[in-house]
Amino acid sequence: MTDRPGQDEAYNFAYLDEQTKRMIRRAILKGIAIPGCQIPFGGREMPLPYGWGTGGIQVTASILGPDDCLKVIDQGADDTTNAVSIRRFFERTAGIRSTLITEEADVIQTRHRIPETPLKAGQTLVYQVPIPEPLRFIEPSETATRRMHALEDYGVMHLKLYEDIARYGHVSTAYAYPVMVNQRYVMDPSPIPKFDNPKLHMSPALQLFGAGREKRLYALPPYTRVESLDFEDFPFEVQKWDEQCALCGATDSFLDEVITDDEGSRLFVCSDTDYCQKRQKRLTQSSSEVRKEELAS
Amino acid sequence: MYVAVKGGEKAIDAAHELLAKKRRGDRSLEALDTRQIEQQLKLSVDRVMAEGSLYDPPLAALAIKQAQGDLVEAVFLIRAYRSTLPRLATGVPVDITGMRLERRISATFKDLPGGQLLGPTYDYTHRLLDFRLMADGDVTEDAQDKPSATDETAPETQRPYSPAEGTPSVASLLRQQDLMETLAGESNSPAPDLSRDPLEYPTDRRTRLQALARGDEGFLLALGYSTQRGYGRNHPFAGEIRQGLVSLCIVPEELGFEIDIGDLELTECCMVNQFSVQADGKARLSSGYGLVFGNNERKAMAMALVDRSLRIGEFDESADSPAQQEEFVLSHCDNVEASGFVSHLKLPHYVDFQSELELLRRLRKENQE
Repeated sequence: MTDRPGQDEAYNFAYLDEQTKRMIRRAILKGIAIPGCQIPFGGREMPLPYGWGTGGIQVTASILGPDDCLKVIDQGADDTTNAVSIRRFFERTAGIRSTLITEEADVIQTRHRIPETPLKAGQTLVYQVPIPEPLRFIEPSETATRRMHALEDYGVMHLKLYEDIARYGHVSTAYAYPVMVNQRYVMDPSPIPKFDNPKLHMSPALQLFGAGREKRLYALPPYTRVESLDFEDFPFEVQKWDEQCALCGATDSFLDEVITDDEGSRLFVCSDTDYCQKRQKRLTQSSSEVRKEELAS
Repeated sequence: MYVAVKGGEKAIDAAHELLAKKRRGDRSLEALDTRQIEQQLKLSVDRVMAEGSLYDPPLAALAIKQAQGDLVEAVFLIRAYRSTLPRLATGVPVDITGMRLERRISATFKDLPGGQLLGPTYDYTHRLLDFRLMADGDVTEDAQDKPSATDETAPETQRPYSPAEGTPSVASLLRQQDLMETLAGESNSPAPDLSRDPLEYPTDRRTRLQALARGDEGFLLALGYSTQRGYGRNHPFAGEIRQGLVSLCIVPEELGFEIDIGDLELTECCMVNQFSVQADGKARLSSGYGLVFGNNERKAMAMALVDRSLRIGEFDESADSPAQQEEFVLSHCDNVEASGFVSHLKLPHYVDFQSELELLRRLRKENQE
């Protein structure tokens, strides 16, 4: 396998040794068998810093095959510095093909977003997770939160949501919004905006979550029920914008705000760069078609 | 428009190029040789080996050079390299009493078998900047006129290491008189390996000591200090601090007997702490233990203080202070984990922040209505 073009021969395929990959794959299988349950694994130090995606990188390294095509996004974009850095890491250590196009990828490693383009069966989405424990900010002790998961003791989480509503009129969690997986485990979907939460539910793709520093991983097998926590009289709802994307005109995607001058002018653009570019291409195509038609008439 | 997040690839390349230039500094000066770092910045090398948990002075020196002297960054380089290394063998527990001592002091007994050996220490130096070191002059040249340190005929005070005749530990001397706690029988199960298996709570003392041995010196120092100031006070005495060389031995399966594969420099600290009543109804002194790669007394002492304060379960003490809380200490003592997670705040958080802004604006709007 080391004769792959572009692969750095000083390291094993995808950096990790085969024993370590096997250990991680076993933990992944366990995670798939118990959707939403956090599985401890013997995370290794990676040549990228903890907190910068080492969990996702280890999961990706363990599942990547030589013929796989990889896409890496950070905040929805392929060209943010850390996404570039991780994509380069795998191009160098595994010599695999990479892509910017969601549909072409077999494995998509992501930080903080789910692509706007719906995922297909056979694709795997790997999330980078900073704090895997959804109860951590209510209960700092790991011993205590493990017991709470074991006993399905999630009252404190509902209480927190209730207190938010009582105080602000809304749940004050806008990202990393907790979900109930398969009616059993409360899970942190990683810091994706709650806008993306509905995409977790019944996804045809396999979703894997890796937390390197905390040495935990968890999984959502395809077609798993994932419900965002809410109340009957305060149903879960996602963010909406009054604006549309300044580049492609999308009204259905997650928009990032860009401040354009020091007088408070701002515009909004899609956070998913692949989605936005596809729409822009389609726009220019259709406008040139319109122009052709105009010329013809 | 929208250029801020574009061109990431080019920006990274340019940043690395600039970094390489900065690292080299003024080219009219000679480049640092890693052997110079290994010899003349040895205490930095020792710290990087300890917290990187890899005993390899030349590699630690290289890491320090590559990290421009940023020791936490150097520790990270060593850790990342370490995870690519295969496990060849498991060492036999080192014989600390057989240590060839360079330094050995006790603050609990004026004299004791094996004696007090001051060794190379900054203790008792006056912290006055020595401007001769700044000029080209080498202050130690005078010292070199004296008999060589390795010279067998040199007076005893000039020799670097005591002979390996065995020096009993202060703890064992106290145990002989039944004044020091007896430790729970050694478990026959193989020692846990923190670098292979995830930390799971509650831990045992063996795992805790591993975590502390590779933990951040500054963090442990502050925690140890906090116990002295009353946050989990445990009445420590520096029973013994020793530093020197021990032999590292392995038993290869195909040979079936022990072979010596080299020397390790270690610093060990045994704190003697407040007594408590043991199961047999007798009061005995308790203890805390620190062991670190290389010459690093500060770390060994801090580790021993924190080890003792984490043993609350054994002494029926309550976890009132940070240094007594196992999860708090062990989950935060690793500087590779800590610096990674703190520095990740530099990564873009456009999406999360935008989500917060959207919510904040909505709350404002509803308030106005």
